[in-house]
Amino acid sequence: MTGPRTIRVGGGQGFWGDEPDAPRRLVEGGPIDILMLDYLAEVTMSILQKQKERDPALGYARDFVGAIESVLPALTTRGVRVVANAGGVNPRGCAAAVRAAIDARGAGAALRIGVVTGDDLLPRLDSLVADGHALAHMETGAPLATVRDRVLSANAYIGAGPIREALRGGAAIVITGRSTDTALTMAPIAEGFGWDVDDYDRLAAGIVAGHIIECGAQSSGGNCLADWRTIPDLADVGYPIIEASADGSFVVTKHPGTGGRVSVATVTEQLVYEMGDPHAYITPDVIADFTSIRLIADGPDRVRVSGIRGGAPTPFLKVSIAYRAGFKAVGSLVYAWPDALDKARAADRILRERLDRLGLRFDQVLTEFVGASATHGVLAGAPSPDLAEVQWRVGVRSERRADVERFTRELAPLVLNGPPSVTGFAGGRPKVEEIVAYWPALIDKRVVTPRVEVV
Amino acid sequence: MRVRLLDLAHARSGDKGDTANVGLIASRPEWYEVRVRHVTVERVTAHFAAVIGGPVERYELPNLGALNFLLHRALDGGGTVSLKTDAQGKVYSTALLRLVLDIPDDEAARLALPPAP
Repeated sequence: MTGPRTIRVGGGQGFWGDEPDAPRRLVEGGPIDILMLDYLAEVTMSILQKQKERDPALGYARDFVGAIESVLPALTTRGVRVVANAGGVNPRGCAAAVRAAIDARGAGAALRIGVVTGDDLLPRLDSLVADGHALAHMETGAPLATVRDRVLSANAYIGAGPIREALRGGAAIVITGRSTDTALTMAPIAEGFGWDVDDYDRLAAGIVAGHIIECGAQSSGGNCLADWRTIPDLADVGYPIIEASADGSFVVTKHPGTGGRVSVATVTEQLVYEMGDPHAYITPDVIADFTSIRLIADGPDRVRVSGIRGGAPTPFLKVSIAYRAGFKAVGSLVYAWPDALDKARAADRILRERLDRLGLRFDQVLTEFVGASATHGVLAGAPSPDLAEVQWRVGVRSERRADVERFTRELAPLVLNGPPSVTGFAGGRPKVEEIVAYWPALIDKRVVTPRVEVV
Repeated sequence: MRVRLLDLAHARSGDKGDTANVGLIASRPEWYEVRVRHVTVERVTAHFAAVIGGPVERYELPNLGALNFLLHRALDGGGTVSLKTDAQGKVYSTALLRLVLDIPDDEAARLALPPAP
């Protein structure tokens, strides 16, 4: 059997909100076979669920429609295929919107769209629990009943299988809901080379490739601490590309002439990002061993990756459940030199006294002094006594919306009735936000049945 | 000799629930062993004691010249619940790089470690 020698997968979005022009630049800047777009973070599903409650046609990453429009010529003339988890909680709605956008352009009527569903467990939640699937919190062990009446969304992370099926069915665009980020890359590589579902070493290599490009330019020079001053032309940063080989090894690179950098340092920083136990990176298809990864510089902006080992997956899928968990608000004022930090501290004492007098109840009141200690706390050491300004930032959290609402009215008065040299209040009152908390759980794989339609 | 971890390594951090991770990467391969010996769980636990609420775990990745630290209960409840500026633990990376290590002089000389300024 002869297959392709190399499969090129470009990672064109690292989250919902990434650079809108990146997918187009990736397909126009040079050869790629697959455009992989990752839109979903832990919290994204719950935001999408709220949008779907307001309008049943929504609930997907709407940026994706614009992305498809921007790359349509490459899809129709070069055969580039797209794999994206843009479907969120409404993959069919997403597919309909994409189809409408394609039809409106009058090109691409022949493009088939694959839709992967079956990850949404919300309609089945009570029957699953009744059938003995506890969906206990993975870290605390608490039963789901603790938060059941506040659940907003519940999605199983599904793997590469249904994406491979959609590609086999001729889909030029594959839209999934809560697939794992890494499956979006592994599936088209594994399908293109015809890897078996128990070829764990090579599947693991596909997963590692997916991890490297799932955060977009974070592996090609973005957010890279190593020699950050010398990383060229981030204004035109090249998004990362995997050049996969049939033996499971691959090269990480980017298009010639783009900014940024692909080096052992930039790739390593991405490999350790959000890492848990490196011996067991668990996915629905395979467990990848990150301690087996070998990286070698392979010319300018090229890193060769090889040696990856994998093992059989667990009988479980991870489930991401989002639930309503009270309210929060964060506000700030800016105090200027001289004695900026002392003034901010004085304002904080006054505010807390007023909140106490009002009898408001909060689960937490957090004060930070931005410019002095907000990100590193006491590790930052004693601040300079001569700071030009300090941003006083206060957040509160409570089950009681009214108490959070009242807090938001207590900051601005301090401009006139608190310590001096204060500014930075032009944004007005802080906004009250509903907190959506995250409940990770496991479920028996056998009760989750992904479905694939190619339309 | 006093040596800043900042001069030996680079780092990136991220979150999983209420846990932050810091991947600490040797700036030169030969400096990996220095960190295995000196950037211990005990040392990192003490470093973050006032900042995080839970224990610290360490994993070794000699293949990448990296150590991975998990900082538990580091985010006041996790990304969406937390009120912190750094609710997703993005800059615990450089907080760890604030560590200053005391390295025996012969070891520091042998590995050409840069002295703290």
